Amino acid sequence: MTTEAADSTEAVGTIAPAAEPGFLQRHGATIEYILIPGAALAGALVAFGIFVAMFGKNPLDLYFYMYYGAFGTWFSWQNTLTRAAPLILTALCTALPAQLGMVIIGGEGALVIGALSATSAALALQGMPPLVVQIAMVIAGVIGGGLWIMLSGALRQYRGVNETISSLLLVYIALAILNHLVEGVMRDPASLNKPSTREIGAANMIGTIPGTDVHWGLVFGLIAAIAAYILIYRTVFGFAARVAGGNIRAAKIVGLNVSKLILAICFLAGGAAGLAGMVEVAAVQGRTNANLAAGYGFTGILVAFLARQNPLAIIPVAILLGGISASGGLLQRRLGLPDASVLVLQGIIFVFVLASDALYGRIGFLKGRS
Amino acid sequence: MIIGEPPPPAGAFGVDAIAMTMRFGDFLALDDVELKVRPGSFHALLGENGAGKSTLVKCIMGYYRATEGDIIVGGREQAISNPKDAHALGLGMVYQHFTLVPAMTVAENLVLARDDVPAVVNWPKEMKELEAFLARMPFKVPLGAKVSDISAGERQKCEIIKQLYLKRRFLILDEPTSVLTPAEADEVLGMLRDMVVKGELTILMITHKFREVMAFADDVTILRRGKLAGAGKVAELTPDAMARTMIGAEELTVQPPRTGEAGKTRLELEKVRALDDAGAIAVHDVSLMVRAGEIVGIAGVSGNGQRQLVEVLAGQREAESGEVRVAGEPYHAGREEMRRHKMSLLPEEPLKNACVGGMSVADNIAFREFDRAPFASLGWWLNRGAFRDDANRKIGQYKIKTRTPDTPIAALSGGNVQRAVLARELGGNVEVLIAANPCFGLDFAAVAQIHAEIMAARNRGAAVLLVSEDLDELLELSDRLVVMFHGEFVYEARTSEADLTVVGRHMAGH
Repeated sequence: MTTEAADSTEAVGTIAPAAEPGFLQRHGATIEYILIPGAALAGALVAFGIFVAMFGKNPLDLYFYMYYGAFGTWFSWQNTLTRAAPLILTALCTALPAQLGMVIIGGEGALVIGALSATSAALALQGMPPLVVQIAMVIAGVIGGGLWIMLSGALRQYRGVNETISSLLLVYIALAILNHLVEGVMRDPASLNKPSTREIGAANMIGTIPGTDVHWGLVFGLIAAIAAYILIYRTVFGFAARVAGGNIRAAKIVGLNVSKLILAICFLAGGAAGLAGMVEVAAVQGRTNANLAAGYGFTGILVAFLARQNPLAIIPVAILLGGISASGGLLQRRLGLPDASVLVLQGIIFVFVLASDALYGRIGFLKGRS
Repeated sequence: MIIGEPPPPAGAFGVDAIAMTMRFGDFLALDDVELKVRPGSFHALLGENGAGKSTLVKCIMGYYRATEGDIIVGGREQAISNPKDAHALGLGMVYQHFTLVPAMTVAENLVLARDDVPAVVNWPKEMKELEAFLARMPFKVPLGAKVSDISAGERQKCEIIKQLYLKRRFLILDEPTSVLTPAEADEVLGMLRDMVVKGELTILMITHKFREVMAFADDVTILRRGKLAGAGKVAELTPDAMARTMIGAEELTVQPPRTGEAGKTRLELEKVRALDDAGAIAVHDVSLMVRAGEIVGIAGVSGNGQRQLVEVLAGQREAESGEVRVAGEPYHAGREEMRRHKMSLLPEEPLKNACVGGMSVADNIAFREFDRAPFASLGWWLNRGAFRDDANRKIGQYKIKTRTPDTPIAALSGGNVQRAVLARELGGNVEVLIAANPCFGLDFAAVAQIHAEIMAARNRGAAVLLVSEDLDELLELSDRLVVMFHGEFVYEARTSEADLTVVGRHMAGH
């Protein structure tokens, strides 16, 4: 290859010399990453429309109200973004280990443990300046959630336990710990019907982005997603992780410490979900109780898969899924659909996305030389 | 869709491919190639990796639709649009890699390969028919044995028997002997040759091995870079003439002469024991010393613990007991140790063992050095420019054929993947080199280059451990020869003094 050709590749990234295949072939992989999940999403919406039509509702009304409830007004945008914030963080809990070839689905557990850790930190530091409390909450949430998922990684690396199953089971253990603590030692005596911890205090809440009702958790999520992308694609650590994730035998033959990589990635993944728990406490709930287990951890799995485990793609996908969940209330009010119908839609999307996996590399017109 | 009548129901028929052109985008994989296989002949298709041999036979078998060109089967033009059409015409293909289901018996594999498997298989009847069928066949396969329990040679025979059982009378063999010992290869090809002579079969064999072409083929067609480079009767050609046609103007790397004396001990194995995946002892307390400037060859039939031994040295498997020492220090295959001792590894099947298929050629070349300057700034930030510069340099130096440094390495041919691994592993100073079947399935030019690099590393003072199933390769390269059998070293001699019959006897365990 000539230096000139090399330079042009470097300068523009994707513009190749003349003797290369056409646009579609060159960008085949990228187009696929947009086209296939997009088609899966569209297919899921059609299937959901049929489902709704069976209840005697007009699917076109459904699509309109979904759009309206998610992105139609400034109010619905804010609602959507508020829900997207924890989704970005919990999606990272699945997407980061995926770089190493692991399937972690226990973000919900790390979220709960992160929330408990953050609440404990805040309650222990009552009376300190709010900024100190908030920083302590972030650290505690990240460490709590991180250690929780690291446990799954360690079980896999040292005991050969399947990380998917262990992370899922750890969710139930986390919920049990949550219930045990809020009904026991951490219970606020004033919380009668719904056992909760004491409040962290209004001064310690992290508040909203000025001019909006969207809390700062969204910024946390955006920073975390961008940082995760940089970590994976631009740093030595991410390179090593991609080598180990791509082919563990190749990683070992060049002497990479695979155990260390697994533990570190699991810690960061759990840390992201733990941060989501902290955000839910410090920006929404003000305390820890069973409300925290609202399913963000599980929806995060869906977001990660729909985003093809790409940390940057997680951001728009989380906003989309946040929108779907935000529109649930409107669907209930205007169409008389049960609140849970958006969960049905989420389930349908998941099935379509998983099924669409089989299409990669099989779309004829995108194929280059095989 | 099949145009024209199928060939007659019995006996051998020929296949001609006329003016075949195949484009993938702007890439011309086949350029006006002609292949004429006479009925009842044994035809060899020669060419380097990437010459278009596989593309050509895939067009014949209906896996690809040729951009231009006609295929004539048994004297009639046919439009073969998928493998089913090809099968209906009696064309069959035996692949380089096995396609049998390991967990099933040979008989089950044969019956299930048929298009008309009944919903309920009447096994007693099928077995009777299979036995009657096998009685007519030149070689026997153990019908009741599980495929996972039989040797590579037997599996290859089963693949061929399966094609005959399916009444295929034109067989395409894609490097059929790459997994066989020379004796097994001669046996299988000899039997097929007998069937060809009897007029029952026509064979088109893709191969690299001139010995097999000379011994078994009637005709040969040679491709070079997608074009027809030559064709003719084997009896009128010499291996040299064929090699020249195949390689063209390309110079083969000349192997440097063996120079220098062996120095101090670099690599030491002491009572190393390792288990296989099933937990049985595969490497049985072996001890060995390799000195600087010396190539020690480990010979043996595949499956005698060589793979597990190499995996221990490569850090892919933990030793059960025993110790490996490099330059006198205990060695555990960590990154720092590999670096300090300047260790290089050339494993077998490089795509599976040493590369990440989805990552680019440049990335794969950088696996050993990416966490150091100039690839990494401040120890953690990747410097993409350095990756590209280094890759461009090594792609030129090691003649790696790739479209760009950013092409995923899985898109390269086997020889070029191994060249990329060579560039990575031998690009710097080497003090200890461990190579396992480094030339498996590669063409001439790649083999010559790899052998030259290994010899050059030895001459520069590297301690080389070469594990190979190819005895010729070991005899050519190694200073000392060790035979491994059932996980133990059973024979050792200086290569110059080694007696081939004795080596062969030890390989067979006598």
